[in-house]
Amino acid sequence: MNIHEYQAKQLLKGYGAPVAEGVAILKVEEAEAAAKSLPGPLYVVKSQIHAGGRGKGKFKELGPDAKGGVRLAKSIDEVVAHAKDMLGNTLVTAQTGDAGKQVNRLYIEDGADISRELYCSLLVDRSVGRVAFVVSTEGGMDIEAVAHDTPEKIHTIAIDPEAGVTDADVVAISKALELDGAASDDAKALFPALYKAFVEKDMALLEVNPLIVMTDGHLRVLDAKMSFDGNALFRHDDVKALRDETEEDAKEIEASKWDLAYVALDGNIGCMVNGAGLAMATMDIIKLYGKEPANFCDVGGGASKEKVAAAFKIITADPKVEGILVNIFGGIMKCDVIAEGVVAAVKEVGLQVPLVVRLEGTNVEQGKKILNESGLAITAADDLDDAAQKIVAAVA
Amino acid sequence: MSILVDKNTKILVQGLTGKTGTFHTEQALAYYGTQMVGGIHPKKGGETWTGSGGEELPIFATVAEGKERTGANASVIYVPPAGAADAIIEAIDAEIPFITCITEGIPVMDMVKVKARLDRSNSRLLGPNCPGIMTPEECKIGIMPGSIFRKGSVGIVSRSGTLTYEAVFQTTNEGLGQTTAVGIGGDPVKGTEFIDILEMFLADDATESIIMIGEIGGSAEEDAAQFLIDEAKKGRKKPMAGFIAGRTAPKGRTMGHAGAVVSGGKGDAESKIAAMEAAGITVSPSPARLGTTLVDVLKG
Repeated sequence: MNIHEYQAKQLLKGYGAPVAEGVAILKVEEAEAAAKSLPGPLYVVKSQIHAGGRGKGKFKELGPDAKGGVRLAKSIDEVVAHAKDMLGNTLVTAQTGDAGKQVNRLYIEDGADISRELYCSLLVDRSVGRVAFVVSTEGGMDIEAVAHDTPEKIHTIAIDPEAGVTDADVVAISKALELDGAASDDAKALFPALYKAFVEKDMALLEVNPLIVMTDGHLRVLDAKMSFDGNALFRHDDVKALRDETEEDAKEIEASKWDLAYVALDGNIGCMVNGAGLAMATMDIIKLYGKEPANFCDVGGGASKEKVAAAFKIITADPKVEGILVNIFGGIMKCDVIAEGVVAAVKEVGLQVPLVVRLEGTNVEQGKKILNESGLAITAADDLDDAAQKIVAAVA
Repeated sequence: MSILVDKNTKILVQGLTGKTGTFHTEQALAYYGTQMVGGIHPKKGGETWTGSGGEELPIFATVAEGKERTGANASVIYVPPAGAADAIIEAIDAEIPFITCITEGIPVMDMVKVKARLDRSNSRLLGPNCPGIMTPEECKIGIMPGSIFRKGSVGIVSRSGTLTYEAVFQTTNEGLGQTTAVGIGGDPVKGTEFIDILEMFLADDATESIIMIGEIGGSAEEDAAQFLIDEAKKGRKKPMAGFIAGRTAPKGRTMGHAGAVVSGGKGDAESKIAAMEAAGITVSPSPARLGTTLVDVLKG
C-alpha cells in the first residue's frame, strides 16, 4: 500500500526527522491560506499522486511548455496561480503510463536552499534477509539510471535486526554520503529514526530522494516515498487510514476487500488462477499464443466458494474482457470449491464471453462433475497448453 | 534416495487443530504412511486430535514437549500469519532440525527477525508461503497433491507452489517421476534458497536431472545460476530444465507473492532466463512444456 508524500513526511516528522513545514490542500481556495501559514518567501507546490517523476511530468490539459507537477513559487500569488494550474488536471509522468493521474491534492511546502542532493532509501535486502540502507551522493535523479550507469556510486548498508542501527552503521552511511559538519551531526539522529519508522510501521520501501544538505549545512528530507507491507496492515490501523482509494484501480479495491491478489492489465483475456506463480505463468502462456491478459488474479490457497465467485464477478465486470481462462491446480485449493464458485457466479451475473476451465489436483473429479452437471457453456481443457490455445482461439 | 525427507521423517504439526492443518494432516497420513507423530496447541496439550476418518494423534502443549515425547525431527506449520513467526521461533528453540512453514502472508519484518534467529541455529526452515516438500511414496509435508507424484529420477525446486505441481505432473506423465519436490516459497525473506536445494540435488545419486522454477523479483535465480556455473567447473553437473514466471508482469507491481516484483530495475524475467541459460539450463518458454523440455534435454 502506497501513501502520499505529505502523509509520509508527517509520519517521519513524528519520528523526529527534519522535514519542511507544509500544508496539504484539496481546493484552490485553500492555497492562499496555506501559503500564508508558511514562513516564505520561497514555496514549493507539489502534486500529490502515487507515482514518481512528478517534477518532469507534464499536464495533459496544459500546453507542452507548461511547467511540471512540482513547481517553485516566489510569492503567495504565484502559489495560487500554480494551484489553479494543477488541481484537477491530469499529470503524466514516466511512472503513470500514458493515461496519467488526476491531481486531487497539492502539498504546499516551505522552500529550501539546497547545497547538495543525496539519495537514501530503506528496503528489505532479500539476499541477506535484513533491512538495508541504500545510499548515494547522486540524489534527486532516477536511481535506476544511477545504478545502471555508475553502480559504484550506490552503497548498501544492511542492518542487524538484533542490534539496530549502530554508531558504526551511521558512520558507514555518513561516509558513503560524504557528510560533514552539521549534516554529520544530524545523521546520528536521522538514520536511526528512519530505521525505527521503517521497522515499527512495517514498511516495504522508504525512499528519500532527495535527502538534501541545505546551505546552512543541515540535512532535510525533501521528498519521501513510502509503501507498506500489505501483510502487516492488520496491526497498523493508523497506516490503513492513510489509504487514498482514488489513487487505485476500482477493480483492485474490490479485489482487496476479498483478499484477492488482483492486478489490472491492458489485454482482453481475463484470468482466474490459484497460486501467484501459476497466475503469472498463465499470463505468460496467453502472451505466448499471441494474446494479452486482462489481469493477474490469484485466488490464493484456501479460497471459499464466495471468494471465487467474487473474483469471477470482478473479472467479468471488466468491459475489456472478451474471454476468461480459469486455471486451477489444486493443492490447498480444492477443485470442487472452485467449480461451485464459478457456477454460482455465472448463475448470478450470466456469462457473455467464452469461458475455458482447466482443473487439476485435489478433488479434481468432483470439480469436473460440478461443471459438467451445471449445464453452463463451459469449455473444459485437459492441460495448461490446451487451455491457453482454446481461450486464444475463442476470442480470436 | 531423496533429499531432506524420507520414510524416517517424523513430523509434528503446529496448527493441527485448524481446518487447514486437519485436512492436510489427513492427506499426509493417507500418503504412504507419512509419519505424522503429533500436533501442537498451547491450550490443548494432553488432548487427542481425531481426523475425519478416525485417525488419532496426540496433542502437546509445546514443540519441545512434542519432540521429547515422539522423537520428531521435523515440524510443519499451518498457524495463521499473525502467529506464524512465533511458531517458527518456537520450533527453532526446540531444536527441530527441519521446519516447514506453509503459512502465506507473514509480515516481512517478522521474517527478518526469524532469519536472524535461524542464522544462529542448526535448524533449516523451508518457506514460508510454500507448498512444502514431498518424496514420492515416502513422505508428504505440506499441501502438495499426492496423487500426481511418482517415484523417479527428477529433483524439482520451485518458488511457486502451483508451478511445482505442474512440474511434478508433467514429469510423472513423461514417465520420469521425482526423487523429491521442494517448494521454497514466494516470500522475499525465507529459510531455504535455490542454492541450498540445488547443492542437495547435485549430491543425491538418485537425482539424475533437475527442474528449477523461478519467478520475477530478487536475484535468487541469478545467484543459483552462478552457483551452478561454479560447481560445473568442479565437474558437478546434472541435466536441467527451467522456467521463469512473470515475463508479462508489469514493472513495479507485486504479483501475488510478496517477493514477485520487479523493482529498482532488478528482478525481471529476461535477466533471470539469460543467467539460467548461461548456466546450461534449458529454459522452457511455456509452463506447459516443463516435462517435454526435460525429456528433450535428456535425449541430448
